[in-house]
Amino acid sequence: MDAAAIPALPRGVRLHFDRVRGDWVLLAPERTVTLDAVGQAILSEVDGKRSFGEITAALAAKFAAPRDQIAADSAAFLGALRDRLFLEVRP
Amino acid sequence: MTVPPPIAMLAELTHRCPLSCPYCSNPVELARAETELATEDWVRVFREAADLGVLQLHLSGGEPASRRDLTDLVRAAREAGLYTNLISSGIGLTEARLAELDAAGLDHIQLSLQGTDAGMADEIGGYRGGFVRKMQVAGWIKAIGFPLTLNTVLHRRNLHQLPRALEMAEEMGARRVEVATVQFHGWALRNRDALMPTREQAKEATRIVAEARVRLKGRLVVDYVPADYHSDYPKRCMGGWGSTGLNVAPDGTVLPCHAAQTIPHLTFENVRHRPLADIWYRSSAFDAYRGTGWMAEPCRSCDRREKDFGGCRCQAMALAGDAGAADPVCVKSPHHAALQARAAAHAAATAPLIHRTAPGRPVPAEPVVG
Repeated sequence: MDAAAIPALPRGVRLHFDRVRGDWVLLAPERTVTLDAVGQAILSEVDGKRSFGEITAALAAKFAAPRDQIAADSAAFLGALRDRLFLEVRP
Repeated sequence: MTVPPPIAMLAELTHRCPLSCPYCSNPVELARAETELATEDWVRVFREAADLGVLQLHLSGGEPASRRDLTDLVRAAREAGLYTNLISSGIGLTEARLAELDAAGLDHIQLSLQGTDAGMADEIGGYRGGFVRKMQVAGWIKAIGFPLTLNTVLHRRNLHQLPRALEMAEEMGARRVEVATVQFHGWALRNRDALMPTREQAKEATRIVAEARVRLKGRLVVDYVPADYHSDYPKRCMGGWGSTGLNVAPDGTVLPCHAAQTIPHLTFENVRHRPLADIWYRSSAFDAYRGTGWMAEPCRSCDRREKDFGGCRCQAMALAGDAGAADPVCVKSPHHAALQARAAAHAAATAPLIHRTAPGRPVPAEPVVG
């Protein structure tokens, strides 16, 4: 994923805290994706304004982790969501 | 056995519908308007559902737009915290009403498609002018920006229109298309001679879908329900009985699936009399086919038993006369060969469409089942 690209949740896809099961989930048409701590951390940075590069920099600082590793993991996670049309990526 | 909370609820707000599709999944005995739950009942049920763990609410029917309180129901569902999906033919949705639904927080719309031109769509839907109206509604949905799934139901008469249906989904701006071969429950069971696809048609549909999934990747998600009479393994019906989802009928009856009332020995509870959580966790109908404990052979020792849970209980009832038997779609069912022969005979037959009736109207006589 390009560092300047801006990921955003499209209309009809939203983060939701499932208070009954105690999980963060991504709600989408006919689909519910249960998020692990990593997925939740990545998506909580996606605001439709900041670029992929800014998001991965923020995550690297927050978790004191190598930025390359964070970028690779985030690109894989967000890319899979994009393939299912649960995420838009604006160039 | 630990019973997980349900994820999805189908709220059949009404059985009333301007269309009369011959494969309608509503029961043959339709609920009359005066037996429908009131607005405040549905609002309470939505809250109970959210408290129980339901995340996804599907507002269906009949035609949910036939309920005058649809906007209030959508608002209440969103306030309860539910992802709210409207499943509609489009008939009864005006531009103004769609704007109200938008303001009320509706998350997603599924628009049904009976055919890709007026001749096919209006004949199948039994409603003249329906196709033109639907195209107008699709335009308003796109203009507002609602996320859209186009729901196509395919059968022998319209399977050749599948390529055009996929194009239309793209033109409408849909993110997702459901390509569902008709499932033979409810009214469709009476129309097998008119609707059963041929084996060749079923194979062609599978090929078209596989090709479209590659071609449309990243633009349009294609969900596919193959023709199960022509399959070798059954569907994991409802994600497993009493494990994932529940249906509430227009009168408040709570069902493990929309066809469960065809299983005569089951008794069903009603949200008018019992809390939804109580019905989910502690009622005989939901317990009847949960998990694997109810299974007989060939399911009991089958390595697929937790994959498809023996298939559809209602189909086992309808075709094998025993809701506890393996779904006859399965190659391991002793009824499988007979079912495949019957499917071929239905596909080779000709018969007029038997459209569904309106709630409270006499039900047409059942054809002789061969």
